Amino acid sequence: MTDTNVKITASPHVRSADSTIKIMWSVVISLVPVIAASIYFFGPSALLVILASVAGCLLTERLFGSTPGSLADGSAMITGLLLGLTLPPGFPLWMAFLGGGFGMAFGKIIFGGLGQNIFNPALVGRAFLQAAFPVAITTWPAKTQHWWTLQGDNFALPFMSPVVDTATSATPLGNLKFGDDPVVTPMVDLFFGTTGGSLGETSALLILIGGLYLAWRGHLNWHIPLSIFVSAFAVSGLFYALGISQFPPLFMLFSGGMMLGAFYMATDMVTSPVTNKGCWMFGFGIGFLTVVIRIWGGLPEGVMYSILLMNALVPFINRASQPRLFGTSGKKKKKKEDAA
Amino acid sequence: MKELLSFKHGVHPPENKDITSGIASKRFPFPKEVILPLSQHIGSPAKALVKPGDRVERGDVIAEAAGFISSTVHATAAGSVKSIELWPHPNGTMVPSIRIAVDPSSSQMRRTRMVPRWQDVKEEDLSKEIAKAGIVGLGGAAFPSHVKLCPPKDQPVELLLINGCECEPYLTSDHRVMLEQPEMVYEGIRIALKALGITRCVIGIEANKPDAIEMMRKTKPDDIDVTIQPLKVKYPQGAEKMLIKAVMGREVPSGALPSAIGAMVQNVATAANVAAVFQTGHPLIERIITVTGRGIRKPGNWKIPFGTKLRDVIEHCGGLTEDAEEIVFGGPMMGQGQGNLDVPVLKATGGILILSKEECKRQDIMPCIRCGKCLEACPVFLNPQLMGALAKAERYEELVSDANLNDCMLCGSCSFVCPSNIPLSQWFAMSKTQLRRLPAS
Repeated sequence: MTDTNVKITASPHVRSADSTIKIMWSVVISLVPVIAASIYFFGPSALLVILASVAGCLLTERLFGSTPGSLADGSAMITGLLLGLTLPPGFPLWMAFLGGGFGMAFGKIIFGGLGQNIFNPALVGRAFLQAAFPVAITTWPAKTQHWWTLQGDNFALPFMSPVVDTATSATPLGNLKFGDDPVVTPMVDLFFGTTGGSLGETSALLILIGGLYLAWRGHLNWHIPLSIFVSAFAVSGLFYALGISQFPPLFMLFSGGMMLGAFYMATDMVTSPVTNKGCWMFGFGIGFLTVVIRIWGGLPEGVMYSILLMNALVPFINRASQPRLFGTSGKKKKKKEDAA
Repeated sequence: MKELLSFKHGVHPPENKDITSGIASKRFPFPKEVILPLSQHIGSPAKALVKPGDRVERGDVIAEAAGFISSTVHATAAGSVKSIELWPHPNGTMVPSIRIAVDPSSSQMRRTRMVPRWQDVKEEDLSKEIAKAGIVGLGGAAFPSHVKLCPPKDQPVELLLINGCECEPYLTSDHRVMLEQPEMVYEGIRIALKALGITRCVIGIEANKPDAIEMMRKTKPDDIDVTIQPLKVKYPQGAEKMLIKAVMGREVPSGALPSAIGAMVQNVATAANVAAVFQTGHPLIERIITVTGRGIRKPGNWKIPFGTKLRDVIEHCGGLTEDAEEIVFGGPMMGQGQGNLDVPVLKATGGILILSKEECKRQDIMPCIRCGKCLEACPVFLNPQLMGALAKAERYEELVSDANLNDCMLCGSCSFVCPSNIPLSQWFAMSKTQLRRLPAS
């Protein structure tokens, strides 16, 4: 009966300009300065490690992803970049590649692809690498003489232990916790990134800029990083004041993976709560657990396990933080079955 | 500057009101034929009083209300009844409708009906006169006005809220009513206040219509207690519950009507038409309709007789552009898509929106990434993310019991913000339909 070419669709007939693909790629763009800084600080090795991890992720998504076009949504790219940024510069490339593949396959695709996963896939990849290659992932080579010299043993053959013939250096966190002569790294070094550490662990400033850009675009829920910082600062400040911990609260915020984790890992929309109230619970848990692991745990760093643990709790947080229905006091309406 | 009053959450779709807001409303020429469905809106269908061949004058009653929540149908043009047959309705169904061949030689003078001065009518009889004139709410749902003017005795109304928000993008018909007939709006307010037996009234107008706010302030009479309240520009500010929240600061209880907290909301155009009933005796047979969008060549505001076919409106407005993509009755957020150009314009049609390809770009549906933007948009604090999952799984009963589907007013805010283009409000509308079909357990 239609005598025009018009299309009949359901309302609303207009849509916001935002799209999932735009969100994903803007995250990628905001990471560019962080990646550039890691190359500036660590040389070509940084680029190689990131490329290997990205390659692992993209290839796995291409081979096993649920839809053929799923590479274009940018989510596999983000996982690859983020995983790469959590690795030390001298990390063997085959391990980075394997970690990316594992993270994608077992962190995401096995759950059903984009939007279905429980855990942050980049952190699943890193947790796997931490368990499989505990030495390689905690070896931070000392600064090389020339910028272009490759660090560590990037080209170690698969299943061969990497040979580290250069001197190793300690990260600010490792130094303070396990060092023979513990010192608190000056805040300026932490802020601008002139310290040892994993690729994306060093420059708080650039991560802050990228994170603020995303928050301004509405592509990142700022409640999450803020709640993490508030809780980590408060909890570590309390322990520091009581003399239980040797970590000053500001050092806690700007060292290790705290910045990258708070702005880029914890804010993964798929694996974080849906309400702002839930995001505060989630962020508080991450901050608290990170401080506890850093002070009492067997590892120098606790951001990764804190986020993964809180990821697992997200369904419960969502249930506990449902919005209050308009025109009600907030208590759930009693079901008819209960009354019967 | 103090923050303007509003409600929590909501969305900011591009307004696009400047296409027609400056164009004065003009009378639309009478078409060759008008189609008047016996069921135009919420409530029982009316009963036809004419048969094929009958001569009718403009304004004659041709079908009478059947039941309390029902509304009288009037001839919107003089002519002869051609037939009573099933005809496509804007809601997508076929509805028994009276077809009138318009008499081209008629002067189209409205038959004068004797009406008393409203000042002389008893409070309880005012709503009867309004019912006789076939007045319905012109805000969108077209709920018969006389029903609203008789609130339940145990819930007395204390405040009359006049809705001049017009929060739907593109539409400017209410805007034009406020600019062109402010004294009629005030007269309608006087009548409504008398019918309700109250004295206080607030007119809520979104701040994107400063000329309307200015006009209403300038023409404000001294004999009634009325406040003009500019409101923040945010969709859906014009929804009853949102307007009440913004002005009174109170929430209408879930599942209840505004009268539960002593409020009554009436649209500005409805108020102006109520006044017209008592001034001229004329029933509701036409209204200002915005014809707009980048898909129509000559947009404007027109006083169109009900029953005019969509085809005639498009033709008179210069026709569709090359890239016209969608035709919508109503606004872009809640309006109904039309595919058949024979459907008639009805009382509930506040606008005819013709969107170009550029304006309604459709994108592929992506998986939900649980970003939570829909929860931040929902004006009644539902969880559209969870509701979407339940609707997709066809778990309709749980949608009602666990996710409060009945509180959803299908405003479309969740669908609008969804970055994955998930048609949430469409799913919710479908779920509501499915639930009506299910046998009550």
